Amino acid sequence: MTDLTETDPAAGEQVVKRFMYVNRKAPHGTVYALEVLEMVLISAMFEQDVHVAFLDDGVFQLKKNQDPGRLEMKDFSKTYRALEGYGIEKIYVEQESLDDRGLAAADLVIPVEVIGRAAMTELMAEMDVVLSA
Amino acid sequence: MLHLVNKSPFERKNLDACLKHAKPGSAILLYEDAVYAALTGTAVTDTMTGAAGTFAVHVLEPDLAARGLGTDRLIAGVRPVDYGGFVDLTEKASSVQAWL
Repeated sequence: MTDLTETDPAAGEQVVKRFMYVNRKAPHGTVYALEVLEMVLISAMFEQDVHVAFLDDGVFQLKKNQDPGRLEMKDFSKTYRALEGYGIEKIYVEQESLDDRGLAAADLVIPVEVIGRAAMTELMAEMDVVLSA
Repeated sequence: MLHLVNKSPFERKNLDACLKHAKPGSAILLYEDAVYAALTGTAVTDTMTGAAGTFAVHVLEPDLAARGLGTDRLIAGVRPVDYGGFVDLTEKASSVQAWL
């Protein structure tokens, strides 16, 4: 397996890579959303250039007023608000995905950068590592 | 007959398959990620508005609440039910088909 936070043997310094975590799943029907969130939080420890993207059903992860306690499940939507404190501030939401689902930026638990699909395509292409679920 | 659908209509075709095969007048219950199909203002609202006229469409309210969605956003004619309502629908139905 590739060492994702490898050290440049020549320079002896840590190489900073552009990482993107792509969220495409709705939050409670499957465990993907929570697993990616945990991966993002862990990634904060490695001082990489972290980007988090929400598209397709992934935009539902950020919906305000979630109450999964009604299903006796954990409300991890509050945890997105902690990302800023971990230095993860590059958070992107796809406009078309919001539109298809009747959502707007004001419906989301955190301030995000809303970008169009074409811009998302460009951003993904600039990454060194893309992890998608 | 009661049809159960639990997958997001934006990601999977389960709900479409159900709508194509269910007899008019049948009951449909949307639960888990299928509750997103019950909302106004989405890409599937037109389809579901039509379906609400053809079928008795229900949505499981605790699954809506878990996802931050209120019954104020439901398509007209879609009826919210609690777990007791789920049981009642099952009891009344001659058979149950789960579109997994």
